[in-house]
Amino acid sequence: MVGLLHSLEIAVGATIVGLVIGTWGAYGKLYGGPVVRDLFAVYTTVVRAVPELVLILLLYYAGTDLINQVLTAMGYQRVDISGLVAGIAVLGFVQGAYSTEVIRGAILAIPQGQIEAARAYGMSPGLLLRRITLPAMLPFAIPGLANLWLIATKDTALLAVVGFSELTLATRQAAGVTKAYLVFFLAAGVLYLCVTLVSNFLLGRAEKWARRGMPSIKDA
Amino acid sequence: MAGEAAIINTAARASLWLQPHRIVLILIALGLVTSAALFMRWDWLPQYWEMGLMGIWRALWILVVTCVLGFMIAVPVGLAQAAGSIWVAAPAKVFCTIIRGTPLLLQLWLLYYGLGSLFPQYPWIRESWMWPYLRQAWPYGVLALTLSFAGYEGEVMRGAFAGVPKGQLEAARAFGMSRWKIFRRIWLPQAFYRALPTLTGETVLQLKSTPLVATISVIDIFAVSSKVRQDTYLTYEPLLLLALIYMVITGILVFAFSRIERRIPVKIG
Repeated sequence: MVGLLHSLEIAVGATIVGLVIGTWGAYGKLYGGPVVRDLFAVYTTVVRAVPELVLILLLYYAGTDLINQVLTAMGYQRVDISGLVAGIAVLGFVQGAYSTEVIRGAILAIPQGQIEAARAYGMSPGLLLRRITLPAMLPFAIPGLANLWLIATKDTALLAVVGFSELTLATRQAAGVTKAYLVFFLAAGVLYLCVTLVSNFLLGRAEKWARRGMPSIKDA
Repeated sequence: MAGEAAIINTAARASLWLQPHRIVLILIALGLVTSAALFMRWDWLPQYWEMGLMGIWRALWILVVTCVLGFMIAVPVGLAQAAGSIWVAAPAKVFCTIIRGTPLLLQLWLLYYGLGSLFPQYPWIRESWMWPYLRQAWPYGVLALTLSFAGYEGEVMRGAFAGVPKGQLEAARAFGMSRWKIFRRIWLPQAFYRALPTLTGETVLQLKSTPLVATISVIDIFAVSSKVRQDTYLTYEPLLLLALIYMVITGILVFAFSRIERRIPVKIG
């Protein structure tokens, strides 16, 4: 049960980090200068082409090592980064690449006139982002982001490989102690399935809410 | 004339692509790569060269086998959901939901540790011809990856089957084709064309799940790089090389699929 809690914590954290990176990334890709645009293109391409497992290993070891080296070079003590923080950071980095693409597509789907109208009203870019772009792109982005959330819950299982005790690894340890492998793995599977089904229901509600006032897809 | 225009066009595109900042970025990237090649330790490479090639070969083999088998399961699963009665559609739907709702790592471990620990309890399994295979790890890996691919692709095929225009099928029936012939000549090819772009993405995703089989002791390229790390205590070099290998394979896959996609008629429906 603690394992499930850990899994959910990481999934939520990683999704939030991913959303922040994704929003900035999408903005950078759409409105940034040529250098920023190319850098984000490299980031999304590389992250999406390399298996998550390899990325997690690479970032998990390299990231903690790098931070410690920087800290020692600056004269601070080495810090022991907890698995939770590292897991959130790593998965968030991976999720960021995917959500960049989703959000970029969603922003492109907003009727251009809305953004132009907001500019004509003299809104600052921050206000424009908060009042117009984000709410207007939400209905287009939610299906993609819902997929990403489901992927995030399942990607937390990969952290078992680097030895972070989330649901899958906890299951394996419990199963190893009691020798009842099949029972424990089936139970964990049911737990994951419940998470998926519950979030499917909630995300369906959220999408309906975000689409309020828009013509239904069936009519279009 | 057309040739000249094409040459001018490609030249213009090249100059558009090679803007000054891109050149600087490319130089920086080249500098990073050369410094990585020069200053990091690569002396372990000759020793593990053969093993690495074996690993790549095995990963590709698993990828191809699971994709082909998975697609063969996905077609009936998708068809059942798109056109079957509720007795066929409901189990197919449940299968897809379960596969897509649980992590692949969990499915893999469930099959390997769970089922694998059940089999030795029955003497008749131990005496059967299957036992030498069931004792190894790779059948479980292949089975888990196949089922996972079938689950995801079954959902895609459902949409593809449902998306084939009704008129096409009615026309086929009007020609007096038998049901099997309609399926083979009309329904399946058109659904396949529709599913092809998604199929590319699914195949790349499948490639990215193959390293998971390393966790149940199948020696693929990922397992080789873990072994290098354990033997030499190097952290970055094997992982960086591994990431590069996967990127190259992904690039080749995407290129190959785009070639196939170009061969199919664009105007459908």
